[in-house]
Amino acid sequence: MSLELTLHTAPTVPLEADILSPARLGGLSALAAAKLTVVYGNQPAELGEFFKVAGAANGELHLTGDLSRLKRIGAGMGAGRLVVHGPAGMHLGTGMTGGEIVVEGDAGDWVGPEMSGGRIVIKGNAGHMIGSAYRGSAVGIRGGEILVFGSAGNEVGAGMRRGLIAVGGDCGDFAGVNMLAGSIIVLGRLGWRSGAGMKRGTIVSMHPAELLPTFRYACNYCPPFLRLYLPYLSRLGLPVTDAQIAGPYQRWCGDAIELNRGEVLFLDTGEATLQG
Amino acid sequence: MASSLRIVNGRVFDPANGVNGAVQDVCIQDGRIVADVPQDARKIDARGQVVMPGGVDIHCHIAGPKVNLARKVQPEDHRLDVHPRTRFTRSGTGGTVPSTFATGYRYATLGYTSAMEAAVTPLGARHTLEELHDTPVIDKGFFVLVGNNVLLYRLLQEGRHEEFRQALAWWISVTKAYAPKLVNPGGDEMWKGHRNANITGLDQKIDSFDLTPRKVIAAFIEAANELGLPHPVHIHCNNLGHSGNYETTLETMRLAEGRRAHITHIQFHSYGSVAGKSRDNPTSRAHDIAEFVNTHSNISADVGAVMFGHSTSMTADAPLAYMLRQFSHGKWVNADTEHESGCGILPFTYQDRNYTNALQWAIGLELFLLSKDPWRMVFSTDHPNGGSFMSYPRLIRLLMDREFRKEQMAKVNQRALEHCGLRDCQEREYSLYEIAIITRAGPARLLGLAQKGHLGPGADADVTIYDEDEDKEKMFSTPRYVIKDGEIIIEDHEFRADHEGRILHVAPDYDPDIERVIEPFFEDFYTIRFANYPVDDRYVRGGQIIPTTGQAAPAGR
Repeated sequence: MSLELTLHTAPTVPLEADILSPARLGGLSALAAAKLTVVYGNQPAELGEFFKVAGAANGELHLTGDLSRLKRIGAGMGAGRLVVHGPAGMHLGTGMTGGEIVVEGDAGDWVGPEMSGGRIVIKGNAGHMIGSAYRGSAVGIRGGEILVFGSAGNEVGAGMRRGLIAVGGDCGDFAGVNMLAGSIIVLGRLGWRSGAGMKRGTIVSMHPAELLPTFRYACNYCPPFLRLYLPYLSRLGLPVTDAQIAGPYQRWCGDAIELNRGEVLFLDTGEATLQG
Repeated sequence: MASSLRIVNGRVFDPANGVNGAVQDVCIQDGRIVADVPQDARKIDARGQVVMPGGVDIHCHIAGPKVNLARKVQPEDHRLDVHPRTRFTRSGTGGTVPSTFATGYRYATLGYTSAMEAAVTPLGARHTLEELHDTPVIDKGFFVLVGNNVLLYRLLQEGRHEEFRQALAWWISVTKAYAPKLVNPGGDEMWKGHRNANITGLDQKIDSFDLTPRKVIAAFIEAANELGLPHPVHIHCNNLGHSGNYETTLETMRLAEGRRAHITHIQFHSYGSVAGKSRDNPTSRAHDIAEFVNTHSNISADVGAVMFGHSTSMTADAPLAYMLRQFSHGKWVNADTEHESGCGILPFTYQDRNYTNALQWAIGLELFLLSKDPWRMVFSTDHPNGGSFMSYPRLIRLLMDREFRKEQMAKVNQRALEHCGLRDCQEREYSLYEIAIITRAGPARLLGLAQKGHLGPGADADVTIYDEDEDKEKMFSTPRYVIKDGEIIIEDHEFRADHEGRILHVAPDYDPDIERVIEPFFEDFYTIRFANYPVDDRYVRGGQIIPTTGQAAPAGR
């Protein structure tokens, strides 16, 4: 049986809950788990003051309730499975190295920043800065996967070095800003200035978008890797169509102020690509 | 404050008084070392422990506008190194450039009780003093940047040597500085005037002035010696970091002609070049540099050793920062402070597999191991340029533990070791006595701090007690007791009290008429009014003026 935590008292200020990961709660009884310390605002508190704890830890953890004020759920998680039945707060899965986090609702800003392995699935929408570098760091996500079924905010995959970020809906501005490598696939629309400062890496969108003048059109083609990636995303439940798998895609190269080795791919739908 | 204290049974290392590991009592009364205290004084039993004066850092960058910029430019450095508050101490952040409070506490946790911020523009003096005021436990002062000062250059160019000397005394005095500092003299004018230009030799003409670095350096050495400053002049030579720069360094040291001069982070100035190869391939010239310092008692130096890992390069040498930026490809800061100095800051990582970095590391060790007079070749990493002060214990172990040093040498770029002489001097090991000299007694003497760096009667009661340990890195990173001004700050490795520490500064006399020369320049060119420029005494409340011996004001005026 898995460990199940149900929110009984909603926090009114942010609650920092690093301990909410399968490994940190591993081997604990429900009673012992309820005694663990969390940081409520600027004060220490016990987990049991907010959650009803049932079951026993076996590598799987279920959290139920409106957790939008809970920060750092699954921080540094290395293995196991964590399911949030409801919305999750900021810094979900920060620095995660393995395992899986599934959020049935929406997630806040900073999903999986600087993660290096594992998978995060958001069934609803996600906020800004998903899979990004923290402010000041040069490198964001170093590996692993982040899947958002809904839409995502600005700066998706900022400073990304490796891994996969897929967004089922639209995403905000500056997707893949300062990206070093890796793949970002957006089934909806990109915002402004996607790929600004990117060195290498791939940003894919199914609609044309306005690109910076430092990106140049290269060719139309059917990238073979997308015939592997897109069916994979389809199997994970994202709404991929046959036309998207078939292509062709417009390939744009950039960012010319950096290495110029990055690419932005748009499904060729006949709509014009603008440069601003 | 514990008014009297007796430390018994410890092995005492007090080189200034010739005490080399003798078991003897150290007595403290009202913040000073005394010959004896009443028998009922509190006792600390230091059996199996080593008693030394508190550490003195002669050159580090810990406060002021450029340090704050370095903090701001790298939030990633602080996020993972939080310095929590304790019952007695305040919180902060660490990394290579810790916040003010963390800086003071972390120095204390290494047994250091004094440190000198090594580069502050006169305009930044207030900011620096405010930060130093918030840097707890340690006593501290700063060196004021005068080596690229436009007005001082003008006076020199016009041959107005007496006014130059008066103006220098004025600047040191009104900024509440401890010593004059030269950084790459002339370099700023070149850098401001041309794309990627710098001074490359002592006889190069400085842009916009009829001057050369040679004239400038000689004038400062002369004036600082005449002023009788406790630390005459602190020189960051031209050509820092460039292959073949050892010749510039030797030339600079020769300029002193028997007068006192301190060459700082000399490791960065000890590079040769491979014959027939481009200037980009540095080699070690530590032997030539160490030989010169060994044989010239008027010259002193701190090493500025490089330690592998993260560092922050922060310097008044703006063209140098630009050069480093071309290696690091990361973020950097470039700034110019009116008529006073340039500035460059960037995060930098020294890698053991990298030829140049490994060579720099090896040259630092070589200089220590070739030095014959530990009193004049003292300890520093130019924190945080060559490495954080938190790496001092590791550096001490590298000096004291031959086997450990050999292990580390095996891990670095081997080609670099072929271009330096580290393998030829690797048998030497520093003793505890010598460590006490290079980290305490030597820097205190070079700074002219008569009450620091020793445990004789009358000295400030700044004492560190270490558990003796084979692993010197462990020993020097965890003192059992740290006593500052007679107060026990750390006991059993834990903070037991907070302490403010004093500002140390000098106040050389100057002829008040010099303000008639300086003021018009201010009103014409500076962004602030002349009257607002001098730092008033409130900024050094509780501070200590270290006396000067010179006669600056001419008699009969």
